[in-house]
Amino acid sequence: MAAQNPSFESLASGDAIIEARNVSVNFGDVHALIDASLTVPEGQVRGLLGPNGAGKTTLVNVISTLLSPTSGTALVNGFDVTKQGKQVRSIIGLAGQYAAVDNLLTGRENLEIVGSLYQLSRSEAKAQANDVLERLSLTEAADRPVKTYSGGMRRRLDLGASLVGRPKVLILDEPTTGLDPRIRIELWDFLKDLVTEGTTVLLTTQYLEEADALADEITLIDSGRVIAEGTPSALKEKIGGSSLVLATRNSAEIAEAARLVAAIGNAEPVIDEDKASLSMHVDSDSGAIVQAAQALDSAGIAVSELALQSPSLDEVFLRLTKGGN
Amino acid sequence: MIGFFNDMKTLTRRNLLRLIRTPEVLIFSTIQPVLFVILFDSVFGGSISPLGFDSYTDFLIPGIMVQTAMFASINTGIGVAEDMEKGAIDRFRSLPISRLAILFGRTNADSVRTLAVSIVVVLTGLLFGLRLTENLGSILLGVVLSVLFANSIQWAFVLMALLVRSLEGVQAVAFLPTFPLVFAASTFAPVENMPGWLQVFAEYQPVTTTVDSVRGLFFGSEVLEASGGSLATSITLTVMWIVVIFAVFASLSVWRFSKN
Ligand SMILES: Nc1ncnc2c1ncn2[C@@H]1O[C@H](COP(=O)(O)OP(=O)(O)OP(=O)(O)O)[C@@H](O)[C@H]1O
Ligand SMILES: [Mg+2]
Repeated sequence: MAAQNPSFESLASGDAIIEARNVSVNFGDVHALIDASLTVPEGQVRGLLGPNGAGKTTLVNVISTLLSPTSGTALVNGFDVTKQGKQVRSIIGLAGQYAAVDNLLTGRENLEIVGSLYQLSRSEAKAQANDVLERLSLTEAADRPVKTYSGGMRRRLDLGASLVGRPKVLILDEPTTGLDPRIRIELWDFLKDLVTEGTTVLLTTQYLEEADALADEITLIDSGRVIAEGTPSALKEKIGGSSLVLATRNSAEIAEAARLVAAIGNAEPVIDEDKASLSMHVDSDSGAIVQAAQALDSAGIAVSELALQSPSLDEVFLRLTKGGN
Repeated sequence: MIGFFNDMKTLTRRNLLRLIRTPEVLIFSTIQPVLFVILFDSVFGGSISPLGFDSYTDFLIPGIMVQTAMFASINTGIGVAEDMEKGAIDRFRSLPISRLAILFGRTNADSVRTLAVSIVVVLTGLLFGLRLTENLGSILLGVVLSVLFANSIQWAFVLMALLVRSLEGVQAVAFLPTFPLVFAASTFAPVENMPGWLQVFAEYQPVTTTVDSVRGLFFGSEVLEASGGSLATSITLTVMWIVVIFAVFASLSVWRFSKN
């Protein structure tokens, strides 16, 4: 389509396939997005990370033409989401936050209908549906009504529906929420395969490990604003320092241990009562681990673990976002 | 344009498939008019003998057919609201289709259902002594006119769903306009016997003109002429109503749907 109309192509800057420029969205007094900008190069997996209510779904909806921004623009493959919606929709596949599959129809019927709506012929739609069912291990359940599916199967079918049109850009809003760890990892592999075939993926997630495992780059959103962007390792470096991690033998002593180490660093320790462990952000060269060992020793607290770790994405997340609603 | 028709066909098929998969709903929507025929025929049959008609059953069946079609059109609003709540509409809106096809797919499928139920009403009537006097073409035209009228009303409920945005909301609001339209009409009893203030409304409102048209098409214009009407007048008014109702509500729905 773009070839027929070369002027559209000139709108794309470089090889960015998704580009949001200063997008703001208001719902009444709620500022769901404030000047959010995002550039995703072709072939990348971009993770959109942020606490509940940060504006992830809102941004996804703008990019997939479901919602017109209050101000700002977004381009997909050079097409403007508000003015060239149909062109945008013909190259994207969207799986929304809540599985939008039809309970009364079979899995196969669901996919064939979406295929027909991607303007595939009957036989192409059938073939695509078959292929997708196969790839998502749903072949056996294909001819059962979706209401008999488990939550995970439904989620996979929903993802499948976004794939039947062989989209250039796949937009997934929390694709693995509610999936068991094995299926989640299978889906990650599946998405990685798609990316090697050239698909660009924009996905929102609550799971930091997912962003870590899958995303080439991460955009961190909080309260409607983009607050950080970069590769997972760059983000970890950004907050610098390390984590002091310790666990006490006697779980009753973890609170006391927390009080002692809090005096060493300049951050609040994060306590996990169940595991009788805590972690705290410290400067890398502060000698914190030695001080902690001495303080704990003189207080007579026995530890089962004491170590310095590079920060996890969780810490990046917790330190950079203030948490929404 | 070809795209629009293809999408509409696909979405109509999707909605019809959903209908077939809920036989409970289908059976209930057939039992209801049959019950109404039995009840109204037994309750009013003895006391109402409408001018020009051989029996109250003859008078009643066109009324029940239109009433059933009216009530069934509420389901169109419920269907749209349900599709919105379950995310189906968002999914369709994210596909490269004509968005109008989403709404037309809904009203088309519901009209097919209304057609089926209307035929059941007429067949039930035959069991209860209905005696159609006009030819088959005229009778089918009566059924189709009633379905077209229901189709235009469906658009009012599409708009309602798009404004109210919830299934419960549609259910709560839908009966408000439906009841006066169905009961303050010639549906179950002749308009002449109503109090004067109501007659003015009842005589020209769309349910009455549709029911009267169907009566004329089922039994000949004479049955209307007996009380000072005519088939030509009723049909003209009905077609005008259908065009106006469709034009207003379909365009408002389309405007509302493309707005967000
Ligand atoms: N239709 C709406 N009307 C009013 N406010 C809305 C609407 N949609 C979203 N919001 C608000 O906009 C903000 C961003 O919502 P959004 O759904 O984008 O968050 P999110 O990052 O996807 O959150 P979650 O992780 O919980 O899915 C929230 O404060 C939400 O309450
Ligand atoms: Mg969300």
